[in-house]
Amino acid sequence: MLEGKNNNILFSDEILELANRIISRYPEGRQKSALIPLLHLAQAENGGWLSPEVMDKVAGFLDIQPIEVYEVATFYTMFNLQPVGKCVIEVCRTGPCWLNGGEELLAHFEKRLGIKPGETTPDGLFTLKVVECLAACGNAPVVQVGITYHENMNPGKADQLIADWSDGKERSHTNPYR
Amino acid sequence: MATQILLNNIEVPGLTGIEVYRKLGGYAAVEKVLKTMTPDEVSAEVKKSGLRGRGGAGFPAGMKWSFLDRKVDKPRYFICNFDESEPGTFKDRHLGSLNPHLLIEGMILGSFALGARTSYIYIRGELFYILNILEKAIDEAYRSGYLGENILNSGYSLDLHCHPGGGAYICGEETALIESLEGKRGNPRIKPPFPAVVGLYGCPTVVNNVETIANLPWILQNGGDAYAALGTQSSKGTKLISACGHIRKPGVYEVEMGLPVEEFIYSDQYCGGIRNGNKLKAVIAGGSSVPVLPAELILRTDRGEQRLLSYESLSVGGFESGTMLGSGGFIVLDETACIVKNLLTFARFYHHESCGQCSPCREGTGWMEKILQRIENGRGTSKDIDLLVHISKHIEGNTICPLGDAAAWPVASAIRHFRQEFEDHVKLQKCPLSR
Ligand SMILES: Cc1cc2nc3c(=O)[nH]c(=O)nc-3n(C[C@H](O)[C@H](O)[C@H](O)COP(=O)(O)O)c2cc1C
Ligand code: SF4
Ligand code: FES
Repeated sequence: MLEGKNNNILFSDEILELANRIISRYPEGRQKSALIPLLHLAQAENGGWLSPEVMDKVAGFLDIQPIEVYEVATFYTMFNLQPVGKCVIEVCRTGPCWLNGGEELLAHFEKRLGIKPGETTPDGLFTLKVVECLAACGNAPVVQVGITYHENMNPGKADQLIADWSDGKERSHTNPYR
Repeated sequence: MATQILLNNIEVPGLTGIEVYRKLGGYAAVEKVLKTMTPDEVSAEVKKSGLRGRGGAGFPAGMKWSFLDRKVDKPRYFICNFDESEPGTFKDRHLGSLNPHLLIEGMILGSFALGARTSYIYIRGELFYILNILEKAIDEAYRSGYLGENILNSGYSLDLHCHPGGGAYICGEETALIESLEGKRGNPRIKPPFPAVVGLYGCPTVVNNVETIANLPWILQNGGDAYAALGTQSSKGTKLISACGHIRKPGVYEVEMGLPVEEFIYSDQYCGGIRNGNKLKAVIAGGSSVPVLPAELILRTDRGEQRLLSYESLSVGGFESGTMLGSGGFIVLDETACIVKNLLTFARFYHHESCGQCSPCREGTGWMEKILQRIENGRGTSKDIDLLVHISKHIEGNTICPLGDAAAWPVASAIRHFRQEFEDHVKLQKCPLSR
């Protein structure tokens, strides 16, 4: 296992400690179980997305083959395989949200940001994504930004959300362990 | 007020903290069980309670536990399924975020009964904020001696960890969940062998839903018989129903099994009726995967009996005129809702979430999405409607895991009960309900 900041540019010392703590939750020799949690950390450390280089480092860190990491990173929708904006807005498009204003909400975001789902604004501030049911259907329509849920959304709240993230000071995809 | 087992304290401020939880009687079941009962006695109470799995399939929990291979010399694992991704379902999120210690207490009891020394709560990655709530609560439980080495001097030791997913509905299927927990893609395994024999790391494993596990403290505190006294013949206890869609009061309600559906929809204690005084059109009673029913069939069975919230009543009439309790995700559509459009979002969902291992599911879900999109856009033909039925029939029963069936049933049932609405889309060459 790689240790310390100097020979490990994947994780900062603080995150490295957390990563090792997560690995210790699984039996000896089953460190691959930590792959998904570590990909969440690696993505946060890498500005919200997983580059091939970062995935290779995760493979080295867990002592598994790079292909084992690619297989997983491409399977799960929370992992971004392209660079993303500072703020990633994920709009739920499944029935309960779609029939309760979700479709109009997505159109509003598209119009305000001038982009389609999967795209990033030219200034690198916003990425728009559509996602499936977030298990919050009672408060439809629902949007997720980082680990935060925004429920009972409407165009006014959408504008506020955009305003809140427009200074570009923070990223939405930071270390999800709080 | 109806009997509340899971939500009775849910509004108490500070409930996520261990002190408040304990003041309300929390961890008393762990104290009682670890000091006075054997693992087999715990399993016997759960069997007696008649508790059925709340993740969707309704399999009796006690029976599932009895299948666990206790002879083989390997560690055993108990896993909580907190993947909650079935559209319309948001009960576990409600319970887990507001009363984390109830789930942890249930995990300790289940782990003890099954002889697990390390247990995991697998939680969908999107719910990371709840993972953080749970981890705080787990830390508190360790510090109070309910987790870790030699719990309450009983000689029993347990470690409990949370594990986040990465965004994949299929990981709610228990063998996909196990694969995912091993750090792999969420591809369901071919069964048998069942997880009770070959599960996590090849070891005997039981996977249960959040709500199933959260019932354990009450059952062990009050006895299996007391639990079995609640509910109906085949549906014991209470059920969390997450109600959404076109109702006045969406939310999570705990009902005693056997509550009439009509009362649930129209009573102010629950959904409060249809929004804007509109007319009820259809209900999807157990999450997106179960057959949709038109208003008349969700309120009454084809035999004219009152439909109740229970496993047996909702399934009266089979798939011809009945449905399933499923996960308890209760989606209500009023007269303004387009059945085709709602179905299209579900078809898109299953297409997106298919793991891709079986051709009928991988290809068929995509075809169904495409055809439904065509019909909704006014470019469909009458043949398309039959084609949808044809595809759904060829997916059903021909796949490794039930996601294929889950994708097929909504399509087949929507056409069975609302064929005219599909025909109208074709005839008018547009959605008759579009604004
Ligand atoms: C496609 C699919 C998705 C599922 N999603 C979930 C889920 O999110 N949560 C859950 O508890 N069970 C889910 N299940 C059911 C599980 O496979 C399993 O039956 C359940 O976790 C067992 O727990 P229980 O017996 O306590 O219900 C799903 C099943 C399938 C086929
Ligand atoms: S039915 Fe679908 S989701 Fe299930 S194993 Fe087959 S392809 Fe995967
Ligand atoms: S449909 Fe959007 S949260 Fe469930």
